[in-house]
Amino acid sequence: MKIGVLALQGAVREHIRLVEACGEEAIPIKRVEELSGIDGLILPGGESTTMRRLMDRYGFTEILRESDLPMFGTCAGLILLARNIEGYEEGHLGKLDITVERNSFGRQVDSFEEELPVAGIEEKALAVFIRAPHIRETGEGVETLSKTAGRIVAVRSDRHLGISFHPELTDSLVFHRFFIDMVKVDMDNKLSVGM
Amino acid sequence: MQQTGTERVKRGMAEMQKGGVIMDVVNAEQAKVAEASGAVAVMALERVPSDIRTAGGVARACDPRIIEEVMEAVSIPVMAKVRIGHITEARVLEAMGVDYIDESEVLTPADEVFHLKKDDYTIPFVCGCRDIGEAARRIGEGAAMLRTKGEPGTGNIVEAVRHMRMVNNQVRQITVMSDDELMTEAKNHGAPYDILKEIKEIGKLPVVNFAAGGVATPQDAALMMELGADGVFVGSGVFKSENPEKFAKAIVEATTHYQDYELIGKLAKELGTAMKGLDINQLSLEERMQERGW
Repeated sequence: MKIGVLALQGAVREHIRLVEACGEEAIPIKRVEELSGIDGLILPGGESTTMRRLMDRYGFTEILRESDLPMFGTCAGLILLARNIEGYEEGHLGKLDITVERNSFGRQVDSFEEELPVAGIEEKALAVFIRAPHIRETGEGVETLSKTAGRIVAVRSDRHLGISFHPELTDSLVFHRFFIDMVKVDMDNKLSVGM
Repeated sequence: MQQTGTERVKRGMAEMQKGGVIMDVVNAEQAKVAEASGAVAVMALERVPSDIRTAGGVARACDPRIIEEVMEAVSIPVMAKVRIGHITEARVLEAMGVDYIDESEVLTPADEVFHLKKDDYTIPFVCGCRDIGEAARRIGEGAAMLRTKGEPGTGNIVEAVRHMRMVNNQVRQITVMSDDELMTEAKNHGAPYDILKEIKEIGKLPVVNFAAGGVATPQDAALMMELGADGVFVGSGVFKSENPEKFAKAIVEATTHYQDYELIGKLAKELGTAMKGLDINQLSLEERMQERGW
Protein backbone atom coordinates (compact mmCIF):
# COMPACT_ATOMS: atom_id res chain seq x y z
CA MET A 1 0.00 0.00 0.00
CA LYS A 2 1.20 3.49 -0.85
CA ILE A 3 -0.20 6.56 0.88
CA GLY A 4 0.38 9.94 -0.76
CA VAL A 5 0.64 13.14 1.26
CA LEU A 6 -0.25 16.29 -0.65
CA ALA A 7 2.99 18.29 -0.38
CA LEU A 8 2.10 21.78 -1.59
CA GLN A 9 2.42 23.32 1.88
CA GLY A 10 1.96 22.47 5.56
CA ALA A 11 2.69 19.57 7.91
CA VAL A 12 3.78 17.11 5.23
CA ARG A 13 6.72 15.37 6.86
CA GLU A 14 4.76 14.78 10.09
CA HIS A 15 2.12 12.80 8.20
CA ILE A 16 4.79 10.86 6.32
CA ARG A 17 6.43 9.98 9.64
CA LEU A 18 3.17 8.63 11.10
CA VAL A 19 2.23 6.62 8.00
CA GLU A 20 5.70 5.06 8.07
CA ALA A 21 5.33 4.38 11.79
CA CYS A 22 2.22 2.37 10.86
CA GLY A 23 4.41 0.27 8.60
CA GLU A 24 3.18 1.61 5.26
CA GLU A 25 4.93 3.51 2.50
CA ALA A 26 4.30 7.28 2.29
CA ILE A 27 5.23 9.57 -0.58
CA PRO A 28 4.97 13.36 -0.93
CA ILE A 29 2.79 14.46 -3.85
CA LYS A 30 3.76 17.72 -5.54
CA ARG A 31 2.36 17.15 -9.04
CA VAL A 32 -0.77 15.51 -10.38
CA GLU A 33 1.19 12.81 -12.26
CA GLU A 34 2.30 11.45 -8.90
CA LEU A 35 -1.30 10.62 -7.94
CA SER A 36 -1.31 7.49 -10.08
CA GLY A 37 0.12 4.63 -8.14
CA ILE A 38 -1.11 5.68 -4.69
CA ASP A 39 -3.92 3.94 -2.82
CA GLY A 40 -4.94 6.76 -0.50
CA LEU A 41 -4.25 10.48 -0.11
CA ILE A 42 -3.69 12.60 2.98
CA LEU A 43 -4.46 16.32 2.84
CA PRO A 44 -2.31 17.75 5.65
CA GLY A 45 -2.75 20.65 8.02
CA GLY A 46 -1.54 23.99 6.73
CA GLU A 47 -3.22 27.11 5.39
CA SER A 48 -6.34 26.06 3.50
CA THR A 49 -6.45 29.22 1.34
CA THR A 50 -2.84 28.66 0.26
CA MET A 51 -3.35 24.98 -0.50
CA ARG A 52 -6.55 25.73 -2.33
CA ARG A 53 -4.89 28.25 -4.62
CA LEU A 54 -1.96 25.98 -5.36
CA MET A 55 -4.30 23.01 -6.00
CA ASP A 56 -6.24 25.10 -8.51
CA ARG A 57 -3.06 26.33 -10.18
CA TYR A 58 -1.57 22.86 -10.62
CA GLY A 59 -4.71 20.99 -11.70
CA PHE A 60 -5.19 18.98 -8.49
CA THR A 61 -8.69 20.32 -7.94
CA GLU A 62 -10.20 18.96 -11.17
CA ILE A 63 -8.56 15.56 -10.89
CA LEU A 64 -9.29 15.05 -7.19
CA ARG A 65 -12.94 16.05 -7.59
CA GLU A 66 -13.33 13.12 -10.01
CA SER A 67 -11.08 10.75 -8.08
CA ASP A 68 -12.31 7.77 -6.06
CA LEU A 69 -9.15 7.65 -3.93
CA PRO A 70 -9.73 7.34 -0.19
CA MET A 71 -8.77 10.67 1.41
CA PHE A 72 -7.92 11.81 4.92
CA GLY A 73 -7.88 15.53 5.74
CA THR A 74 -6.66 17.20 8.93
CA CYS A 75 -7.65 20.81 9.74
CA ALA A 76 -7.01 22.60 6.42
CA GLY A 77 -7.42 19.19 4.78
CA LEU A 78 -10.86 18.82 6.36
CA ILE A 79 -11.86 22.19 4.87
CA LEU A 80 -10.69 21.02 1.44
CA LEU A 81 -12.80 17.86 1.73
CA ALA A 82 -16.02 19.61 2.79
CA ARG A 83 -18.95 20.05 0.44
CA ASN A 84 -19.91 23.38 2.02
CA ILE A 85 -17.84 26.05 3.73
CA GLU A 86 -19.59 28.66 5.86
CA GLY A 87 -19.38 32.07 4.17
CA TYR A 88 -18.15 30.69 0.83
CA GLU A 89 -20.22 29.97 -2.25
CA GLU A 90 -18.90 26.49 -2.77
CA GLY A 91 -16.68 23.88 -1.23
CA HIS A 92 -13.45 22.76 -2.77
CA LEU A 93 -13.25 19.02 -3.38
CA GLY A 94 -16.76 18.37 -2.03
CA LYS A 95 -15.94 14.85 -0.90
CA LEU A 96 -17.62 14.85 2.52
CA ASP A 97 -21.26 15.88 2.82
CA ILE A 98 -20.62 18.35 5.64
CA THR A 99 -20.65 22.06 6.29
CA VAL A 100 -17.52 23.42 7.98
CA GLU A 101 -16.85 26.73 9.62
CA ARG A 102 -13.26 28.02 9.33
CA ASN A 103 -11.30 29.37 12.33
CA SER A 104 -14.38 28.65 14.39
CA PHE A 105 -12.60 28.38 17.75
CA GLY A 106 -11.04 31.85 17.37
CA ARG A 107 -7.56 33.09 16.59
CA GLN A 108 -4.20 31.56 17.58
CA VAL A 109 -4.47 32.67 21.24
CA ASP A 110 -7.56 30.45 21.46
CA SER A 111 -5.83 27.40 19.95
CA PHE A 112 -5.75 24.48 22.39
CA GLU A 113 -5.04 20.83 23.02
CA GLU A 114 -7.32 18.30 24.68
CA GLU A 115 -7.69 14.56 25.22
CA LEU A 116 -10.75 13.47 23.24
CA PRO A 117 -12.74 10.24 23.09
CA VAL A 118 -13.20 8.87 19.57
CA ALA A 119 -16.11 6.59 18.61
CA GLY A 120 -15.02 3.00 18.13
CA ILE A 121 -11.52 3.55 19.52
CA GLU A 122 -10.57 2.65 23.05
CA GLU A 123 -7.72 5.06 23.74
CA LYS A 124 -8.37 8.78 23.86
CA ALA A 125 -6.72 10.90 21.18
CA LEU A 126 -4.53 13.89 22.05
CA ALA A 127 -6.18 16.48 19.85
CA VAL A 128 -4.26 19.66 18.94
CA PHE A 129 -6.55 22.39 17.60
CA ILE A 130 -4.81 25.25 15.77
CA ARG A 131 -7.04 28.00 14.40
CA ALA A 132 -9.23 25.00 13.78
CA PRO A 133 -12.47 24.58 11.84
CA HIS A 134 -15.43 22.61 13.17
CA ILE A 135 -18.21 20.70 11.45
CA ARG A 136 -21.58 22.43 11.65
CA GLU A 137 -23.72 19.91 9.85
CA THR A 138 -23.34 16.43 8.54
CA GLY A 139 -25.31 14.90 5.69
CA GLU A 140 -26.27 11.36 4.79
CA GLY A 141 -23.60 8.69 5.03
CA VAL A 142 -21.43 10.77 7.34
CA GLU A 143 -20.69 9.38 10.79
CA THR A 144 -19.58 11.58 13.69
CA LEU A 145 -16.47 10.22 15.44
CA SER A 146 -15.70 12.91 17.97
CA LYS A 147 -16.94 16.13 19.53
CA THR A 148 -15.56 18.82 21.82
CA ALA A 149 -17.87 21.10 23.79
CA GLY A 150 -20.81 19.99 21.66
CA ARG A 151 -19.06 20.67 18.36
CA ILE A 152 -18.34 17.94 15.82
CA VAL A 153 -14.60 17.68 15.15
CA ALA A 154 -14.13 14.28 13.48
CA VAL A 155 -16.23 12.50 10.84
CA ARG A 156 -15.99 9.70 8.32
CA SER A 157 -17.86 8.38 5.33
CA ASP A 158 -17.06 5.26 3.30
CA ARG A 159 -13.88 6.56 1.78
CA HIS A 160 -13.24 9.85 3.50
CA LEU A 161 -11.98 10.79 6.95
CA GLY A 162 -11.95 14.39 8.11
CA ILE A 163 -10.84 15.86 11.44
CA SER A 164 -10.47 19.40 12.80
CA PHE A 165 -7.27 18.80 14.74
CA HIS A 166 -3.70 17.61 14.12
CA PRO A 167 -2.77 14.02 15.00
CA GLU A 168 0.39 14.71 12.95
CA LEU A 169 1.64 16.93 15.79
CA THR A 170 1.50 14.00 18.22
CA ASP A 171 2.92 10.47 18.29
CA SER A 172 -0.55 8.91 18.29
CA LEU A 173 -1.14 6.54 15.36
CA VAL A 174 -4.87 6.16 16.08
CA PHE A 175 -6.19 8.12 13.12
CA HIS A 176 -3.55 6.99 10.66
CA ARG A 177 -4.29 3.32 11.49
CA PHE A 178 -7.98 4.12 11.10
CA PHE A 179 -7.36 5.60 7.63
CA ILE A 180 -5.05 2.79 6.56
CA ASP A 181 -7.82 0.32 7.45
CA MET A 182 -10.24 2.34 5.31
CA VAL A 183 -7.76 2.20 2.42
CA LYS A 184 -7.41 -1.59 2.84
CA VAL A 185 -11.18 -2.06 2.64
CA ASP A 186 -11.28 0.16 -0.44
CA MET A 187 -8.47 -1.79 -2.13
CA ASP A 188 -10.25 -5.07 -1.43
CA ASN A 189 -13.50 -3.67 -2.83
CA LYS A 190 -11.82 -2.41 -5.99
CA LEU A 191 -10.13 -5.78 -6.40
CA SER A 192 -13.38 -7.75 -6.11
CA VAL A 193 -15.17 -5.39 -8.52
CA GLY A 194 -12.26 -5.83 -10.93
CA MET A 195 -12.71 -9.63 -10.86
CA MET B 1 -9.90 20.04 29.48
CA GLN B 2 -8.97 22.50 26.75
CA GLN B 3 -5.45 23.88 27.35
CA THR B 4 -4.40 27.00 25.44
CA GLY B 5 -0.89 28.35 24.89
CA THR B 6 0.93 25.04 25.32
CA GLU B 7 4.32 24.54 23.70
CA ARG B 8 2.76 22.04 21.29
CA VAL B 9 0.01 24.45 20.26
CA LYS B 10 2.47 27.32 19.76
CA ARG B 11 5.12 25.35 17.88
CA GLY B 12 2.38 23.52 15.96
CA MET B 13 1.08 26.79 14.56
CA ALA B 14 4.51 27.38 12.96
CA GLU B 15 4.62 23.79 11.67
CA MET B 16 1.44 24.52 9.70
CA GLN B 17 3.20 27.38 7.92
CA LYS B 18 5.94 25.14 6.54
CA GLY B 19 6.68 25.31 2.85
CA GLY B 20 4.93 28.66 2.73
CA VAL B 21 5.69 32.35 2.31
CA ILE B 22 4.97 35.04 4.91
CA MET B 23 4.77 38.53 3.44
CA ASP B 24 5.25 41.98 4.94
CA VAL B 25 2.24 44.24 4.31
CA VAL B 26 1.51 47.82 5.35
CA ASN B 27 -2.24 47.96 4.71
CA ALA B 28 -5.38 45.92 3.99
CA GLU B 29 -4.97 46.21 0.24
CA GLN B 30 -1.50 44.68 0.27
CA ALA B 31 -2.70 42.00 2.69
CA LYS B 32 -5.35 40.97 0.16
CA VAL B 33 -2.77 40.79 -2.62
CA ALA B 34 -0.60 38.59 -0.38
CA GLU B 35 -3.50 36.29 0.51
CA ALA B 36 -4.59 35.99 -3.12
CA SER B 37 -1.06 35.04 -4.14
CA GLY B 38 -1.10 32.10 -1.72
CA ALA B 39 0.86 33.55 1.23
CA VAL B 40 0.44 31.47 4.41
CA ALA B 41 0.47 34.55 6.64
CA VAL B 42 1.09 38.29 6.55
CA MET B 43 3.26 40.46 8.75
CA ALA B 44 1.48 43.74 9.42
CA LEU B 45 3.77 46.73 9.83
CA GLU B 46 3.91 50.46 9.25
CA ARG B 47 6.90 50.39 6.97
CA VAL B 48 8.73 47.59 5.21
CA PRO B 49 12.38 47.22 6.31
CA SER B 50 13.85 49.09 3.32
CA ASP B 51 11.67 52.11 4.19
CA ILE B 52 12.66 51.81 7.85
CA ARG B 53 16.27 52.11 6.72
CA THR B 54 15.50 55.19 4.64
CA ALA B 55 13.33 56.85 7.29
CA GLY B 56 15.79 56.40 10.15
CA GLY B 57 14.75 57.44 13.67
CA VAL B 58 13.13 55.02 16.11
CA ALA B 59 11.15 52.16 14.57
CA ARG B 60 8.38 51.01 16.94
CA ALA B 61 5.58 48.43 16.86
CA CYS B 62 2.95 49.09 14.23
CA ASP B 63 -0.05 51.37 14.77
CA PRO B 64 -2.82 49.04 16.09
CA ARG B 65 -5.23 50.55 13.57
CA ILE B 66 -3.20 49.12 10.70
CA ILE B 67 -2.99 45.72 12.40
CA GLU B 68 -6.75 45.67 12.96
CA GLU B 69 -7.39 46.72 9.36
CA VAL B 70 -5.20 43.84 8.14
CA MET B 71 -6.82 41.34 10.53
CA GLU B 72 -10.22 42.27 9.17
CA ALA B 73 -9.11 42.07 5.55
CA VAL B 74 -7.75 38.50 5.45
CA SER B 75 -8.51 35.07 6.90
CA ILE B 76 -4.89 33.85 6.93
CA PRO B 77 -2.88 34.39 10.15
CA VAL B 78 -1.64 37.89 10.90
CA MET B 79 1.75 38.46 12.53
CA ALA B 80 3.19 41.70 13.86
CA LYS B 81 6.56 42.89 15.13
CA VAL B 82 7.58 44.24 18.53
CA ARG B 83 10.84 45.79 19.61
CA ILE B 84 13.29 43.41 21.29
CA GLY B 85 12.45 43.32 25.00
CA HIS B 86 9.33 45.49 24.77
CA ILE B 87 7.00 43.63 27.14
CA THR B 88 4.11 46.05 26.76
CA GLU B 89 4.12 46.18 22.96
CA ALA B 90 3.96 42.37 23.04
CA ARG B 91 1.16 42.22 25.62
CA VAL B 92 -0.85 44.75 23.58
CA LEU B 93 -0.55 42.63 20.43
CA GLU B 94 -1.52 39.53 22.41
CA ALA B 95 -4.59 41.33 23.75
CA MET B 96 -5.52 42.33 20.19
CA GLY B 97 -5.51 38.69 19.14
CA VAL B 98 -2.65 38.88 16.65
CA ASP B 99 -1.70 35.29 15.70
CA TYR B 100 2.08 35.49 16.04
CA ILE B 101 4.59 38.05 17.32
CA ASP B 102 7.99 38.68 15.76
CA GLU B 103 10.41 39.99 18.40
CA SER B 104 12.39 41.70 15.71
CA GLU B 105 15.75 43.34 15.18
CA VAL B 106 14.14 45.27 12.32
CA LEU B 107 12.64 47.59 14.93
CA THR B 108 14.78 49.66 17.30
CA PRO B 109 15.48 47.53 20.39
CA ALA B 110 13.73 48.58 23.61
CA ASP B 111 16.14 46.58 25.75
CA GLU B 112 19.80 46.15 24.92
CA VAL B 113 20.39 43.36 27.44
CA PHE B 114 17.30 41.17 27.69
CA HIS B 115 14.88 39.58 25.25
CA LEU B 116 11.26 38.84 26.15
CA LYS B 117 10.52 35.78 28.27
CA LYS B 118 8.33 34.38 25.58
CA ASP B 119 7.07 31.22 27.27
CA ASP B 120 5.02 33.43 29.62
CA TYR B 121 2.68 34.36 26.77
CA THR B 122 -0.27 32.47 25.26
CA ILE B 123 0.66 33.85 21.85
CA PRO B 124 3.59 32.27 19.98
CA PHE B 125 6.76 34.17 19.05
CA VAL B 126 9.21 34.05 16.16
CA CYS B 127 12.77 35.40 16.56
CA GLY B 128 15.77 35.94 14.32
CA CYS B 129 19.04 34.04 14.65
CA ARG B 130 22.45 33.95 12.99
CA ASP B 131 23.99 30.95 14.72
CA ILE B 132 23.18 28.13 17.11
CA GLY B 133 23.87 30.30 20.17
CA GLU B 134 21.22 32.83 19.20
CA ALA B 135 18.86 30.08 18.03
CA ALA B 136 19.15 28.10 21.27
CA ARG B 137 18.85 31.17 23.51
CA ARG B 138 15.66 32.25 21.74
CA ILE B 139 14.21 28.73 22.01
CA GLY B 140 15.23 28.73 25.67
CA GLU B 141 13.25 31.94 26.17
CA GLY B 142 10.24 30.29 24.56
CA ALA B 143 10.35 31.20 20.86
CA ALA B 144 8.09 28.77 18.97
CA MET B 145 9.63 29.56 15.59
CA LEU B 146 12.95 30.86 14.28
CA ARG B 147 14.04 32.68 11.17
CA THR B 148 17.42 33.77 9.89
CA LYS B 149 18.14 37.42 10.54
CA GLY B 150 19.72 37.98 7.15
CA GLU B 151 20.09 41.70 6.53
CA PRO B 152 16.56 43.12 6.28
CA GLY B 153 15.60 45.68 3.67
CA THR B 154 18.66 45.13 1.50
CA GLY B 155 17.28 42.78 -1.16
CA ASN B 156 20.63 41.03 -0.73
CA ILE B 157 20.42 37.32 0.10
CA VAL B 158 24.03 36.91 1.20
CA GLU B 159 23.44 37.28 4.95
CA ALA B 160 20.40 34.98 5.03
CA VAL B 161 22.49 32.35 3.24
CA ARG B 162 25.30 32.81 5.73
CA HIS B 163 22.95 32.44 8.70
CA MET B 164 21.04 29.44 7.34
CA ARG B 165 24.25 27.61 6.50
CA MET B 166 25.77 28.46 9.88
CA VAL B 167 22.81 27.23 11.94
CA ASN B 168 22.36 24.04 9.92
CA ASN B 169 26.07 23.29 10.03
CA GLN B 170 26.15 23.73 13.80
CA VAL B 171 23.03 21.58 14.23
CA ARG B 172 24.70 18.81 12.21
CA GLN B 173 27.82 19.01 14.37
CA ILE B 174 25.76 18.71 17.55
CA THR B 175 23.94 15.64 16.29
CA VAL B 176 27.23 13.70 15.95
CA MET B 177 28.83 15.06 19.12
CA SER B 178 29.40 12.76 22.08
CA ASP B 179 27.51 13.56 25.29
CA ASP B 180 30.68 14.60 27.11
CA GLU B 181 31.43 17.28 24.48
CA LEU B 182 28.02 18.90 24.74
CA MET B 183 28.52 21.07 27.84
CA THR B 184 31.61 22.76 26.42
CA GLU B 185 29.77 23.26 23.15
CA ALA B 186 26.99 24.95 25.13
CA LYS B 187 29.54 27.15 26.92
CA ASN B 188 31.26 28.12 23.66
CA HIS B 189 28.02 29.21 22.03
CA GLY B 190 26.40 30.71 25.10
CA ALA B 191 23.60 28.24 24.42
CA PRO B 192 21.35 26.55 27.01
CA TYR B 193 22.65 23.00 27.53
CA ASP B 194 19.17 21.45 27.60
CA ILE B 195 18.30 22.84 24.19
CA LEU B 196 21.51 21.47 22.64
CA LYS B 197 20.77 18.12 24.26
CA GLU B 198 17.32 18.14 22.70
CA ILE B 199 18.81 19.01 19.29
CA LYS B 200 21.21 16.08 19.61
CA GLU B 201 18.39 13.71 20.57
CA ILE B 202 15.95 14.65 17.80
CA GLY B 203 18.61 15.41 15.17
CA LYS B 204 17.22 18.83 14.27
CA LEU B 205 16.07 22.13 15.76
CA PRO B 206 12.94 21.60 17.90
CA VAL B 207 11.14 24.46 16.11
CA VAL B 208 10.83 25.42 12.44
CA ASN B 209 13.40 27.79 10.96
CA PHE B 210 12.36 30.08 8.12
CA ALA B 211 14.57 32.22 5.90
CA ALA B 212 14.31 35.99 6.22
CA GLY B 213 16.26 39.15 5.52
CA GLY B 214 17.11 39.81 1.87
CA VAL B 215 14.76 37.62 -0.21
CA ALA B 216 14.08 39.62 -3.40
CA THR B 217 13.41 37.11 -6.20
CA PRO B 218 11.73 33.70 -6.71
CA GLN B 219 15.25 32.29 -7.12
CA ASP B 220 16.25 33.70 -3.72
CA ALA B 221 13.25 32.01 -2.08
CA ALA B 222 14.00 28.69 -3.79
CA LEU B 223 17.67 28.94 -2.83
CA MET B 224 16.77 29.27 0.84
CA MET B 225 14.50 26.21 0.62
CA GLU B 226 17.35 24.34 -1.07
CA LEU B 227 19.58 25.23 1.88
CA GLY B 228 17.08 23.74 4.31
CA ALA B 229 14.74 26.60 5.25
CA ASP B 230 11.27 25.46 6.35
CA GLY B 231 9.67 28.44 4.61
CA VAL B 232 10.33 32.04 3.65
CA PHE B 233 9.62 35.54 4.94
CA VAL B 234 9.59 38.25 2.28
CA GLY B 235 9.85 41.76 3.61
CA SER B 236 10.47 44.51 1.13
CA GLY B 237 10.87 42.05 -1.77
CA VAL B 238 7.22 41.89 -2.85
CA PHE B 239 5.81 45.38 -2.50
CA LYS B 240 9.02 47.17 -3.50
CA SER B 241 9.12 45.27 -6.78
CA GLU B 242 7.75 46.55 -10.09
CA ASN B 243 4.78 44.17 -10.13
CA PRO B 244 3.86 43.04 -6.59
CA GLU B 245 1.02 40.71 -7.64
CA LYS B 246 3.17 38.73 -10.04
CA PHE B 247 6.13 38.78 -7.70
CA ALA B 248 4.08 37.50 -4.78
CA LYS B 249 2.66 34.61 -6.82
CA ALA B 250 6.03 33.72 -8.30
CA ILE B 251 7.73 33.65 -4.90
CA VAL B 252 4.98 31.39 -3.48
CA GLU B 253 5.27 28.94 -6.38
CA ALA B 254 9.08 28.94 -6.34
CA THR B 255 8.99 28.12 -2.63
CA THR B 256 6.65 25.15 -3.15
CA HIS B 257 8.52 23.83 -6.19
CA TYR B 258 12.00 24.95 -5.25
CA GLN B 259 13.70 22.22 -7.23
CA ASP B 260 11.64 22.64 -10.40
CA TYR B 261 14.10 24.88 -12.22
CA GLU B 262 12.15 24.98 -15.46
CA LEU B 263 9.12 26.31 -13.62
CA ILE B 264 11.19 28.86 -11.68
CA GLY B 265 12.72 30.04 -14.94
CA LYS B 266 9.25 30.48 -16.40
CA LEU B 267 8.08 32.36 -13.31
CA ALA B 268 11.06 34.68 -13.36
CA LYS B 269 10.37 35.72 -16.95
CA GLU B 270 8.22 38.82 -17.37
CA LEU B 271 8.35 39.65 -13.68
CA GLY B 272 9.77 43.10 -14.19
CA THR B 273 12.42 44.55 -11.93
CA ALA B 274 13.05 43.29 -8.42
CA MET B 275 13.57 45.71 -5.56
CA LYS B 276 16.80 47.69 -5.63
CA GLY B 277 19.53 45.91 -3.70
CA LEU B 278 22.11 47.11 -1.21
CA ASP B 279 25.68 45.86 -0.88
CA ILE B 280 26.22 44.67 2.69
CA ASN B 281 29.74 46.15 2.70
CA GLN B 282 28.26 49.62 2.25
CA LEU B 283 26.50 49.27 5.59
CA SER B 284 28.43 50.25 8.69
CA LEU B 285 28.22 47.97 11.70
CA GLU B 286 25.65 50.33 13.30
CA GLU B 287 23.47 50.17 10.19
CA ARG B 288 23.33 46.38 10.25
CA MET B 289 20.09 45.28 11.86
CA GLN B 290 21.47 41.76 12.38
CA GLU B 291 23.83 43.08 15.08
CA ARG B 292 20.77 43.69 17.27
CA GLY B 293 19.81 40.88 19.65
CA TRP B 294 21.81 39.31 22.47
